[in-house]
Amino acid sequence: MKKLLTPTRRRFLTGSAAMLAAPAILRGTRAYAQTPTLRVGHVSPRTGPLAGFAEADDYVLAAIQDHFNAGVENNGKIWNIEIISKDSQSNPNRAAEVAADLILGDEVDIIVAASTPDTVNPVSDQAEINEVPCITTDCPWQPYFFGRNGVPGEGFDYTYHFFWGLEDVIGAFLDMWDQSGVTKVVGGLFPNDADGNAWGDAELGLPKPLAAAGYDLTDPGRYQPLTDDFSNYINAFKDAGAEIVTGNMIAPDFATFWSQAAQQGFSPKIVTIGKALLFPSVIESLGDRGDGLSSEVWWSPNHPFNSSLTGASAKDLAEGYAAASGRPWTQPIGFKHALFEVVADVVRRAEDLDDYESIAAAIPETKLDTIVGPVDWSNGPINNVTKTPLVAGQWQKEGDAFDLKIVANSAAPDIPLTGELKLL
Amino acid sequence: MDFLNAVVQGTLLGGLYALFAAGLSLIFGVMRLVNIAHGDLIVLAAYLGLTTTVVLGVHPLVALIVVVPAMAGIGYVLQRGVLNHTLGDDILPPLLVTFGLSVIIQNALLEGYSADPQKMDAGVLETASVALGPLSLGLLPLLTFAIAVAVIAGLQWTFYRTPLGRAFRATSDNQDIAQLMGLNKRHVFGLAMALALAVTAVAGILLGIRTSFDPSVGGGRLIFGFEAVIIGGLGNLWGTLVGGVILGVAQTLGATINPGWQLLAGHIAFLVILAVRPNGLFPRISG
Repeated sequence: MKKLLTPTRRRFLTGSAAMLAAPAILRGTRAYAQTPTLRVGHVSPRTGPLAGFAEADDYVLAAIQDHFNAGVENNGKIWNIEIISKDSQSNPNRAAEVAADLILGDEVDIIVAASTPDTVNPVSDQAEINEVPCITTDCPWQPYFFGRNGVPGEGFDYTYHFFWGLEDVIGAFLDMWDQSGVTKVVGGLFPNDADGNAWGDAELGLPKPLAAAGYDLTDPGRYQPLTDDFSNYINAFKDAGAEIVTGNMIAPDFATFWSQAAQQGFSPKIVTIGKALLFPSVIESLGDRGDGLSSEVWWSPNHPFNSSLTGASAKDLAEGYAAASGRPWTQPIGFKHALFEVVADVVRRAEDLDDYESIAAAIPETKLDTIVGPVDWSNGPINNVTKTPLVAGQWQKEGDAFDLKIVANSAAPDIPLTGELKLL
Repeated sequence: MDFLNAVVQGTLLGGLYALFAAGLSLIFGVMRLVNIAHGDLIVLAAYLGLTTTVVLGVHPLVALIVVVPAMAGIGYVLQRGVLNHTLGDDILPPLLVTFGLSVIIQNALLEGYSADPQKMDAGVLETASVALGPLSLGLLPLLTFAIAVAVIAGLQWTFYRTPLGRAFRATSDNQDIAQLMGLNKRHVFGLAMALALAVTAVAGILLGIRTSFDPSVGGGRLIFGFEAVIIGGLGNLWGTLVGGVILGVAQTLGATINPGWQLLAGHIAFLVILAVRPNGLFPRISG
């Protein structure tokens, strides 16, 4: 008896080890907690050249977190959802690093990411390796799928993506150009980066469908981003008699091209550029020369969709951001919101939220009408991918402000036209 | 015809590169300081110019009246407050400090102006052009080239015809003896940096009219500046102009063959010159 109560060295060690280990063991068992918490990791380019895509993060996430604070029901039980957001600094290596940190350090249950292949691909790769469910958006599906060496028919086990693809951009552009009646000669400006190489690719990019539609494409080659001189492109386009200019550029390159084109006497009738012309801030920085430029439209306040989480319409969300920030709405806002709509929907439907496999299995079964349109992986163009509607729009000056008018909608007639294409 | 156009456009582009490089060349010539933050200082000048044009509602070129003295002031304070403490026999500390400075400037600009691309509105100057035979030359590139020549001529005159230039050259040749002759080298270095950043201000404003900029584009401009300095020969200001032109022409000629070769051709020209003449074409300083 006496012997049992006497502290011996061995008993002391056993006891203290148990005490030290207890919190570690207890923390993992959610069953004891009143309301269990599910962690969602979020990677986004808050700073750096891509920061424009993430400028509305704070506004969007605050509204989502507000909604999540009320709890989300799964199998008759209320779960808290905690969003942990990290900055990729617009750098793919950094994106992979913070994704690994979220998965291994914060032990998130689901990871989400948005904005260009430079963010989406490294995060998805980390999630796939570590077998954590992952949902991404805001990057055309070709750079997502083929950029990650996806095999059609096999796809991925844990990573899913919703957005549109190059075929939709091409369709929207052609839809817009066809109604204009200009000469079918196109000049192509494609940079030597992930997007530029995908857009300019002879097989998968613009050249083939443009030729099929009767357009003559002049593509002098790939330029290095942040170049200071486009004289050779301008010369080639002038020689070919191009009336349409298209491509995928970053804003500084487009600004350089556009002022040089004017200096060297090249004036196309339609200029439709991906990426650079998405943001109102870029158009405003071009002044009067921004009037009449066109681009693809993934989302706008006039899209006839509502949030499945808050019930807000596209207009409510866009105008809410504009009112709260004093800045114009941007297209990524809708997709960032939709990303968390999908997360909430998956959380509601998953059979067992403590099991990564079970969460991952719930993602492809999603059939949800979000603020950017229907998200339904059963009818995607390729494994793990589903598409949202895409239309084409033109920036038109109204008074002092620019408005993005939707001018072509053949692919998605439920999105109303709000203007007519004007030639430059 | 294509080649003629490429050479002419490349020469004009060279003027911009020479302006990027002139400040670097000057700083290195006087105090052997390699300024990694130079590209970000150019972007800082562009933002100061943007603020001036927006607040005062003036033309970007008029904003030079405000931005040039402001950058010169920043240069003097920066040199006396920070960089003078790093100068010594070891070239590593100034390199590291300016590298840190580059990160600080980028993030401060990001915080203050956000990542939105900005552009200065110079009205018709941006799109106006002059027809010269079959060529169409932009007024802005012509003006940039003319300003580059004027700035370099001005710096050259300052260096060889004024007491300030004598002080620069004396301090550059031998700091200790210059001190013995009654020159305060800290003050001289401060003035050199002020002059260098005044040139940077001009480069920044012209960059901001030519294209749009955001806080992260500075680093990409630095390499062209360095290459122009090295091609032309360290410490030689006219050499820097020649270096800029060689770089610009190499780029546009490369792009005529294939646009993918634009930057590559510039870098190759740089490597060839480095291999054939390691000190550049017209070196003033050996080693």
